[in-house]
Amino acid sequence: MELNAILDVGIAVLGGAVRVGTPFLFVSLAECLTEKSGRINLGLEGVLVLAAMAGFAGSYLSGSPWVGVLAAGASGALLALLHGLLCSLPRVSDVATGIALMLFGAGLAFFLGKPLIQPQAPQVPALALGGWSSSPAVQSALAINALFPIGVALAGLLHWGLANTRWGLIVRMVGDSADAARALGYSVNGVRIAATTAGGFIAGLGGASLSLFYPGSWNEGLSSGQGLIAVALVIFARWRPLACLGAALLFGGAGALGPALQSVGVTGGYYLFNAVPYALTLLILVLTCSPNRSLKGAPAELGVQR
Amino acid sequence: MPGARAWQDPVEAVALPVLALAGALLAFGVFVWFAGASPLDAWALLFKGAFGDAFSWQNTLQRAAPLMLTALAVALPAQAGLTVIGGEGALVLGALACAALPYALPGLQGMAGAVLMLVVAAAAGAVWVALAGWLRQQRGVNETISSLLLGYIAIALFKHFVEGPLRDPASLNKPSTRPVAESLRIGGIPWGGAVTDVHWGLVIGVVLCLVAGVWLSFTASGFALRVVGGNVRAARLVGLPTLGLILTACALGGAGAGLAGGIEVLAVHTSANASLIAGLGYTGILVSFVARHNPWAIPPVAVLFGGFGAAGSLLQRRLDLPDASVLVLQGFAFVLILAAEAGRGRLLAARAPKPVVAPPPPADPNAPPPPIHASAVAN
Repeated sequence: MELNAILDVGIAVLGGAVRVGTPFLFVSLAECLTEKSGRINLGLEGVLVLAAMAGFAGSYLSGSPWVGVLAAGASGALLALLHGLLCSLPRVSDVATGIALMLFGAGLAFFLGKPLIQPQAPQVPALALGGWSSSPAVQSALAINALFPIGVALAGLLHWGLANTRWGLIVRMVGDSADAARALGYSVNGVRIAATTAGGFIAGLGGASLSLFYPGSWNEGLSSGQGLIAVALVIFARWRPLACLGAALLFGGAGALGPALQSVGVTGGYYLFNAVPYALTLLILVLTCSPNRSLKGAPAELGVQR
Repeated sequence: MPGARAWQDPVEAVALPVLALAGALLAFGVFVWFAGASPLDAWALLFKGAFGDAFSWQNTLQRAAPLMLTALAVALPAQAGLTVIGGEGALVLGALACAALPYALPGLQGMAGAVLMLVVAAAAGAVWVALAGWLRQQRGVNETISSLLLGYIAIALFKHFVEGPLRDPASLNKPSTRPVAESLRIGGIPWGGAVTDVHWGLVIGVVLCLVAGVWLSFTASGFALRVVGGNVRAARLVGLPTLGLILTACALGGAGAGLAGGIEVLAVHTSANASLIAGLGYTGILVSFVARHNPWAIPPVAVLFGGFGAAGSLLQRRLDLPDASVLVLQGFAFVLILAAEAGRGRLLAARAPKPVVAPPPPADPNAPPPPIHASAVAN
């Protein structure tokens, strides 16, 4: 490939890192918060799809994309609340509940979203950071989702909050030692339900980004495993919110590789390039997990690795 | 006491899922009511579309056949203690391997050829799920996440090959592989003088579930597997080969799902194309959970869920509900089945008989005070 094409692909991947990475960012922050409290929520995939549909519906029915964003967050919080409540029952497995909510959320979303497939809803505005360039390719690549700065701010807030506030300490304590939390009088289930619900709201914002910015419409193939990749991202980021930001950008870039190569005319192996994020996630999991020692930074109450 | 819960446990094992499913139907009725249709109509159509007449029975059984096999892909690893949900990927790869074999061996014919194709399909599925099991044992990777990721990778591989190197030039609108030869196809089961739409894959499914049930319940290796699933530390202490058993369970489960994919190609679609990616693996997960990962219970549960799927199109036509309504019903069922687990041991609570305590003798001021025995303290 000549230099121009390589540069084009490079810029497209950079722009795609933000564009495709925004949902990853929100969902991984959501999962980070949930897992810090000691619960694993695999149902964020269903939350993502349901929130995308709710966000699209909210924006379509009200005419304002920000109402859609709020609707997405609320629906995500509700589904995650269901997860939290189910998991607080005795003998209910976190993992199985997550799988159930993955399917339930997707089913609900497809059912309620049938009338939304055709129409267009008002989109979240883009911040045109590429205005300094005269090339339309660079301009479109650097038109950043307005939700992305919110995500970055959220990452910072979570990082500061978990380390320095009383609520952060309570969440971390419940995740590291439920016995200590109980001894101090905190309700372990209550804190976990609250953390899961807050995580659901954040993941809902990621869903809004899917249907209200990129790809920008509602259809049944909108999310394919992004929620799950985000769960793996949290392990990769060792449960640190700022590292989640970096990981989300990395995986966003990997996800943008397929369409970027397609735009310069490399059409062979389209599906293989689209499989890169999943393969990368698997590779990272293999490299970072070990059967013998628990990962540094893992909340002790989390049963992710045996 | 050993016999205290002799009849309560089996009754609960059936009663809890039945209650959960009844609850799911109820919740679905409420949901349908909000969507503007009558719940009674919906329930009636669900029954009619699933079990109403010969046509719907055939539809139900046809859908149940692959579900039995994909449910095994979840149930067998679950008996070993793993939560593997990559049945969709194993099915898809099995279908691909099955449809691709004639490209490598063009002379394939007849029953022998079909058997070989099914073996290859099963092997492809077995390798894929065993990989997830291996990653968990040797590298500590959570098997739920890895099996789902492998599933997405498998679907990508499938689409790449079906639309690329293995594509049939004659299939323009819908990319698929070359149709398999007539003699290789699996036909319908004859019933009452005519050949029904229900293919022999149903028999394969039922037989394999029964074989799995026999293996787990009555053989030494099946018991060893259940020990590994119940308490892996105890299994290691006793010296059981945990890695080998877990890999065997994953491979056998994956073989089931791969076989389902091969059967779908040979009996239903006659080539590999995108219609194979129909969520059969995901419904299989639900079937296995409802059956509590017990292969004996999988065939009836699979028939039930096949019935729901068959009724879905009737709901769509008569009540104008989207076809995703069946997904919603399945979602309710899954959530309620899991919640019902919390009732285990509490639904039919056995109460141990109270210990009989003799009343204290009337106090005699001259006698010394009786020593206090722990056993005399009333409880």
